[in-house]
Amino acid sequence: MSGNEACAEGALAAGCRFYAGYPITPSSEIMVRMAHRLPEVDGVFVQMEDEIASLSAVIGASWAGTKSMTATSGPGFSLMMENLGYALMTETPCVLVDVQRAGPSTGQASRPAQGDVMQARWGTHGAPEIIALVPWSSQEMYDLTVRAFNLAERFRVPVILLADEIVGHLRETVVIPSHVECYLRARWPQDSPFGAASDDEIPPMPAFGEGARLMVTGSTHDEKGLRRAVDPQIQEQLVRRLSGKLLAHRQEIEAWQAYHVEKIDRLVIAYGSVARSALWAVDEARQRGQSVGLLRLIGVWPFPDELIARLAQGCREVVVPEMNLGQVAREVQRCVSVPVASLSQVDGELINPRRILRYLLEGNWNR
Amino acid sequence: MEPVTRNRRWEISAPELRTRYLRQPLPFCPGCGHGIFANAFLRAADAISLDLNRTVFVSGIGCGAWVPSPHFLADTLHVTHGRAIAFATGVKLTRPDLEVVVISGDGDLTTIGGNHLIHAARRNLPLKVFCLNNWLFGMTGGQVSATTPRGTLTATTPVGNPDRGFDLVRLMRGAGAPYVARWPVAKAAQMQRGIQNALREPSFAFVEILSTCPTQYGQVNRESLDDDAVSLAAALIAWQEENCIPRQRAGKDNSTAKIVIGEWREGDEP
Repeated sequence: MSGNEACAEGALAAGCRFYAGYPITPSSEIMVRMAHRLPEVDGVFVQMEDEIASLSAVIGASWAGTKSMTATSGPGFSLMMENLGYALMTETPCVLVDVQRAGPSTGQASRPAQGDVMQARWGTHGAPEIIALVPWSSQEMYDLTVRAFNLAERFRVPVILLADEIVGHLRETVVIPSHVECYLRARWPQDSPFGAASDDEIPPMPAFGEGARLMVTGSTHDEKGLRRAVDPQIQEQLVRRLSGKLLAHRQEIEAWQAYHVEKIDRLVIAYGSVARSALWAVDEARQRGQSVGLLRLIGVWPFPDELIARLAQGCREVVVPEMNLGQVAREVQRCVSVPVASLSQVDGELINPRRILRYLLEGNWNR
Repeated sequence: MEPVTRNRRWEISAPELRTRYLRQPLPFCPGCGHGIFANAFLRAADAISLDLNRTVFVSGIGCGAWVPSPHFLADTLHVTHGRAIAFATGVKLTRPDLEVVVISGDGDLTTIGGNHLIHAARRNLPLKVFCLNNWLFGMTGGQVSATTPRGTLTATTPVGNPDRGFDLVRLMRGAGAPYVARWPVAKAAQMQRGIQNALREPSFAFVEILSTCPTQYGQVNRESLDDDAVSLAAALIAWQEENCIPRQRAGKDNSTAKIVIGEWREGDEP
């Protein structure tokens, strides 16, 4: 099945029972599949009037006690930024799939890109830490959607599945496991649904209609949820805790796959569909005597600083091919002291594995 | 509309009302119409025995949104500017057994959030939407909104609003809302009865509450208000009493310069 269809199936397996969305290429197959499949499992599907309303409805449904998601692409992702911040501020678990397409603006709707990596991290004002996963196959569209729901429920955050058009439309065999582990939201006790003694703790989340008399607000609030719009101490505590709860568990969140990364001269770092090209190029280059390995990121946020710093030790160069103007290359440069080569391509085409190979063999990224 | 009758529940004392339904005192300026609405709403809820443990109040940004959040002793969802109805849609679709009530202002529901409003009417999900219309953005300092009448002075229309304001009753009826009502806070008992009717509706219900804002609207428009009144608040209430006319007395085509108040159901004449 296609990556987008696998994403929908993964969501259902993870217990998602509410989808609200607005059509946009190249993500629409997710919503079409959900429109057919959700009624079969007593779930609810709704097509909203825009992407702002879609994420609004998803957050409302999550507080009503239902695992919920939406999917979109660049323009819709931009419209969702304010409510993404609302979900972070109110600690609302939900999953937001962004099947990236070539931008800026309308750009090329049916063409792939990876231009939303920094937007996922910093796009909402006030931007606390966030979780973003980057699938590279139809199988991972399934697996990482399940993982996105589990991380969302575990840490009470919106989780972004940062796919791209290639992965979304790619048709591959997907193995659907007979059993999927699902994290169940901690609902009790209900006396402080917005407070925790330390960053290790995730506050419990009661649902509407349980008599908890919840006060959910996007304004700065105390541990009960009461609006505290001018208290500097509460503002600082809340902002630090929203990030702290993810950073305290980053070992549990970070995910990657390493290929031939021991004793190498050069390290390639890639993610999403580009990692498929990079893996072929690295294998070919090694066969031709090059000392090179590949780190494939499965999660891009929180960024695996320490891992990259460790793997880059002893390398003379780190190489980052990506379909944007070097968003992850800059992050990598922040972590390492050796030069980082940004192999940037923004023509709305997949990165040809031979182009990466030529760079690894000849050091030439020109056309 | 049924005649206004004073039943026994109307007699609930103010202290009892506060203890039973309010978490903390309301924060509004002296003379603000929102307090009259909050009072009438809670009396209406009490009269029909609305179970607040099974009611979710959703509101956006602005003074009107602060009526339920965090003051009502119920689940309250205080959301991004303009999006209350969209959040409420997600709650109602997944928990149809809960009563979902949206209370917010004209800036929130009809200006930034106008798209969600008309689509909710079209979708006809049984949400109850109360729009506290004070004709401008109160909390941010009195700027023009989508309901500000033409010619009115606001912080951002210093020589008078050049545009027309929405007629929310006609807008919502046109969008397909099966139940639409409009009540001024000056007619509190009538408004309470109207709120009860709306809460009992099995379908989507939209109620425009004509509220008053002495602080922002009253200050800048004091020239056009009755200068014999004891206060701006009293002048605004007097203006409502003079300028609102019940639907039954407005004539078949509503050809009146006054504001027509009352209830409209699907299939009704204009």
